[in-house]
Amino acid sequence: MAVDALKCKECGQTYPLEARFVCEHCFGPLEVQYDYSGMDVEEAKRKIQAGPHSIWRYSDFLPFSEPPKSALDTGLTPLIHATRLGEYLGGLKNVYIKNDAANPTHSFKDRVVSVALAKAVELGYTVIACASTGNLANAVAAHAAAAGLDSYVFIPTDLEEQKILATGVYGTELVGVRGNYDDVNRLCTELSAEKDWAFVNINMRPYYSEGSKTLSYEVMEQLGWEVPDRVVSPIASGSLFTKLHKGYSEWIDLGLVHGAIPKFHGAQASGCNPVAHAFEEGKDFCQPVKPDTIAKSLAIGNPADGPYALDVARGTGGTIEQVTDDEIRAGIKLLAHTTGVFTETAGGVTVATLKKIADRGEIDPEERVVVYITGEGLKTLDAARGTFEKYEIDATLDAFNTFVPTPVTA
Amino acid sequence: MAITVKIPAQLRPVVGGQAAVQVDASGNVSQVLDALYDEFPELRERISENGELRRFVNVYVADEDIRFGDGLNTEVADGSEVTILPAVAGGA
Repeated sequence: MAVDALKCKECGQTYPLEARFVCEHCFGPLEVQYDYSGMDVEEAKRKIQAGPHSIWRYSDFLPFSEPPKSALDTGLTPLIHATRLGEYLGGLKNVYIKNDAANPTHSFKDRVVSVALAKAVELGYTVIACASTGNLANAVAAHAAAAGLDSYVFIPTDLEEQKILATGVYGTELVGVRGNYDDVNRLCTELSAEKDWAFVNINMRPYYSEGSKTLSYEVMEQLGWEVPDRVVSPIASGSLFTKLHKGYSEWIDLGLVHGAIPKFHGAQASGCNPVAHAFEEGKDFCQPVKPDTIAKSLAIGNPADGPYALDVARGTGGTIEQVTDDEIRAGIKLLAHTTGVFTETAGGVTVATLKKIADRGEIDPEERVVVYITGEGLKTLDAARGTFEKYEIDATLDAFNTFVPTPVTA
Repeated sequence: MAITVKIPAQLRPVVGGQAAVQVDASGNVSQVLDALYDEFPELRERISENGELRRFVNVYVADEDIRFGDGLNTEVADGSEVTILPAVAGGA
């Protein structure tokens, strides 16, 4: 139906909808191209509203001719009106938290894996694989298990223990590679040429990355078919950031929603800041870095979509910020204290970035700001360690009264 | 001296389907690539543009991205491997 071809983002060369990810001519990235001509906008909206309670309600905007099914349904995560957080940030009235930790494996990676896996099955693959900083590992292992496919998951050996355990439990072939994510990724790029496997973020990358658009669609639907004024999202490879932009652009262009494209703010950790650094320097390419940050899920020193992320931030009047590890811990705490949402380090980066922009006074109190929380705090517990006090007492009233302070507000 | 250049899947048709080719060169990455282009002229415009690597091509010497070294001027030791890979892979 609407899905048309793969098209090179650099030179425009088109290819059939196969497992390929780079242009044979210029090595540019391939992207799914759709033909939306003749789409009845009101009918499309009705179809979405009557659709399944998962990302597949948006399947007209995903690379399938027939709506796929998943063994592990993903999406339709809460959009929380974070009034207390907004108040803390100087009286912002419309800060929204898109809590994508509320997915089957507790990160936004369930979205991209659902799309990549469905496409892999359609193309006849029986083994799926990935290079991961952790969250993707969880998602690939779980969705492969649910679908009854074999899987290989490649991770840097020094990942958080929680992310390793929450991968191995699903019965995948788990391979720890001595090196950082960029080393893992290089190995997997080489392997993808040797194995007849669907590497979700390599040879299936054009399909995989489309899954991130559903994070924009959902927010617009949850806001009553309206567009936010600003979005804040983490940047690792830049894929999520650019696909969020694609999601908003598509619906605005098609007329499903009305309004201007939101300002896009990207969030990176200072210990892995290639895109933020290029933004500050006014460059249109990224110099790779060796990551050293507690935000391991964002620790990609060689970001594949860096140039496009820079285009998105500049083209929408946004920015790309960087925050320190201490600011990340403070961001996790701020979100937890004001919303009851416990996010992983990537979410700490995002909230710290929101705070930075708010502190500069750039955000009008009435603006609608959507903050993308992409992962779960229980997966990066070390970041919370030592950030609060715990009282240990004997089981007596005296001990309690002596050692535990009374809240000031009581 | 002999340098092994690993060829990405996308370029293998140009080198007769080989996954790696041996070139006789010494010096830096630029000189190794020139030796490669001498043997397979079509590779030049596939990998490079105006004397620089294309934006979406990554080159590694002994598994290290040359952008951490001296770029195209990175020295290539005798017997080491040069790997050419598409940049647009992976990601979170």
